[in-house]
Amino acid sequence: MTSASINWFRFASPASFFPLAGRLIPWFAIAAALCAAVALWLGFAVAPTDAQQGEAYRIIFIHVPAAWMSMFIYVVMAFWCAVSLTMNTRLAAMMAQALAPTGAVFTFIALWTGSLWGRPTWGTYWAWDARMTSELILLFLYFGYMALRHAIDDARRADRASAVLALVGVVNVPIIYFSVKWWNTLHQGASVSLTAAPKMAAVMLAAMLVMAFAAWFYSIAMALTRVRAIILERERHTAWVAGAVTAGR
Amino acid sequence: MLEAQQLAAQRGGVPLFTVAFALQRGEALVVTGANGSGKTTLLRIVAGLTLPAAGTLAWNGAAVTPFDPTLRAMTLYIGHATALKDELSAEENLVSLATLHGANVDAVQARAALADWALERHRSLPARVLSQGQRRRVGLARLRLVRRPLWVLDEPTTALDTAGVAILQELVAAHLAQGGVAVIATHHDLELPLGTMKALTLS
Amino acid sequence: MTPFDAAIAEAPSPGAWAGVTWSATRDLRLALRSKAELGVLLLFYVIVVTLFPLGVGPEPALLRALGPGVLWVAALLASLLSLPRLFAGDFADGTLEQIALSPFPLPALISGKIAAHWASTGLPLVAVSPLLGLQFGLRGEELAVLALGLALGTPTLSLLGAIGAALTLGVRAGGGLLALLILPLYVPILIFGAGAVEAVCVGLAAGPQLSLLGAGLLAAAVGAPLAAAAAVRIALD
Repeated sequence: MTSASINWFRFASPASFFPLAGRLIPWFAIAAALCAAVALWLGFAVAPTDAQQGEAYRIIFIHVPAAWMSMFIYVVMAFWCAVSLTMNTRLAAMMAQALAPTGAVFTFIALWTGSLWGRPTWGTYWAWDARMTSELILLFLYFGYMALRHAIDDARRADRASAVLALVGVVNVPIIYFSVKWWNTLHQGASVSLTAAPKMAAVMLAAMLVMAFAAWFYSIAMALTRVRAIILERERHTAWVAGAVTAGR
Repeated sequence: MLEAQQLAAQRGGVPLFTVAFALQRGEALVVTGANGSGKTTLLRIVAGLTLPAAGTLAWNGAAVTPFDPTLRAMTLYIGHATALKDELSAEENLVSLATLHGANVDAVQARAALADWALERHRSLPARVLSQGQRRRVGLARLRLVRRPLWVLDEPTTALDTAGVAILQELVAAHLAQGGVAVIATHHDLELPLGTMKALTLS
Repeated sequence: MTPFDAAIAEAPSPGAWAGVTWSATRDLRLALRSKAELGVLLLFYVIVVTLFPLGVGPEPALLRALGPGVLWVAALLASLLSLPRLFAGDFADGTLEQIALSPFPLPALISGKIAAHWASTGLPLVAVSPLLGLQFGLRGEELAVLALGLALGTPTLSLLGAIGAALTLGVRAGGGLLALLILPLYVPILIFGAGAVEAVCVGLAAGPQLSLLGAGLLAAAVGAPLAAAAAVRIALD
C-alpha cells in the first residue's frame, strides 16, 4: 500500500476530515473567485458581440456552466451515495447530503438564465425545449432527494434511503433526457433549439470553461463548508465535537 | 452457538447499550429492562433486522450481518406485531406464514398447531374477529410448525393469560431440550428449566 | 446430534419462483377479500378523465388532441394513488418483517406483490381505457394502441412505484413525498405511451414507442425488485 492510499482512509472518519475540510475551504474559495473574475472579464469584456443575438447571448457564460455543474454534481452525489451504501460510511453520505443543495442551486440558475435568454431571443420565457425540460426534471430529482432526507428522522435510515433514491435517479437521468429529447423533436418539428449557441469563437469557449472551473471550485468550497456543519450536527454526541465547540473552533 | 461481542446500539445518536453474551445449545437468554432500554432493538439486531452501531454477532462461530441468508434460515423471529392478516382466517394465516418461512405445512398440521393453543374452534374465523390474546396465540402457534434452531421472541407473553403463558413455557422448554437456542425479551417472569436460563438486564 | 443439527445442515433455500407465487397468491387473495378497495381506484380514474372535458370544453378536435395525454396522465395519478397500499398494510401488522426475514429471496417476494398489485389496480385501467378513449373521440387502432401501451406501461409504473413506496414507508407526508419522488421517473413512460397513441392519430406507426415501453418493462422487471428490496430492508432497519 502506498502512503497516499493509507492517507485517504484515515480521512474517512468525520473527526479527522473536519479539520482537513476547514483548511481546504479558503483555497477553493479563492480559486473560485479568481476563476469567476477571469471568466466574467473574458465573457463580458473580451468576447465579441454576436452577429445574430447581439449582447443578450452573453448569458450563456453563466447558463451553460451552471447546466454542466447541475448534472455533474448529481453524478458526484450519486457516486458518494454508492460509496456510502457499499462501504457503510457516514462521511460519504454526509458528502452527498452537502452536495445536493448546491446542485439544486445550479439547476435553478441554469433554468433562470435559460429562461432569461429565451425572452429576448425567442420571445418567450419558457419554450419547452428538450434541455430546459430535462433541467426542470433534474430540479425535481434534487428536491426529491432533499425532501426524502428531511422527512426521515433517523439519520442513518435517511442516509441509506436517499442513497437508493439518488442511484435510481442517476440511472434514470439519461433515460429521461432521451425521452424528453424525442418528445421535443416530435412536437416542435423543425424549430431551432433554444440552447443552440452561436458559433463558438475560441474566446467564448475559453470563457465558458473558466466559468465552469469557477463553479466547480465554488461547489467544492460550499460542499466542504456544508459538510462541516453537517458533521457538527450529526456527531454532536461525541467527545471530540464537545471539545471542538468549547475550544471555540 | 450464538455469541455477541461488544454489541452496541444507538437511538438518535444516543448510545443505548453495549452487551456481550454467549449462548450454548439448550440455553435461553432472557432480556429484561425498563421501557425504552432497548430490548426490542437488541432483539432486532439478533434477528438480523437491524445493524448494530458496533460489535459483532456470530452464529456457530461465523460472523453474521443483517439479513444474512444463514441467519435468516436459522431464525424464527416473533416481534411485537402478530403478523396476522385481518382478512385471512386463523388457519390460513398460519399456513401462509409457515410457507413463508419455508416449511411445507398443510391445513391439517395448522389445525393441530391451533389445537395446542385451544383455538381449534376458531380456525376458520377471520383474524379480524379474534381478541388480542387469541391473535397472540395464533402468532405463537408458528413455533410448532417451523423448525428453527434460534428463536427470537419479543414480549411473547403480551396479552396472554396464565394458561397461554404455561403453554409458551412448555414450548420453549421443549425447544431448549432439543438443543435449540432462544433470546426472549419479557416483563413477565418466565419459568424455564433449571440451568437453561441466562439473564440479561438492560439499563 | 440434535434435531436441529439436521435442520442446520439442510437449511431451506427455496427458489425464487416459489417466492413470487407465494406473495402473488396471498396478495391477490387479500385484495379480493377486501373488495371495497378494488373498485375505488377504477372510479378515481374514470372521474379524473371525465373532469378534463368539463375543464376544457367538449369541442371534438380539442378532445382528440388532448385525449392520449389525459388518459395517460390520469393512469399515472391513479397508479400513484394506489402505491402506498403495496407495503403499508404489511408494514403495519408486522408481516413485512417476516417477509424480509424469510428464506425466499426478497426481490422475488416483492415481484409477486407487485404483480398482484398490478393485477388489482393496473389491469382494470387497461380494460376500461378503450371505453374512456371513445369519450375523447379516439377510434379503432388508436384505442388498441392506447390499451396496449397501458398494458406495457402500467406494470412499469407499479414496478418503479414500488421503489418509492418502500422508500417512504412510515415517513410523514408520505403520499405527497411519494409523488415528488416517483413522477419524474414516470416521465419517459408517459412520453412514449401517449406518443404512441398520438402517432397513430396522425397516421404513423406506433411500433418504436411500444417497443421502448416493452424494453422499459423488461428493464424495470429486473432492476426494480432489487432496488425495492434494498429500500424495504432500509425501512425495516
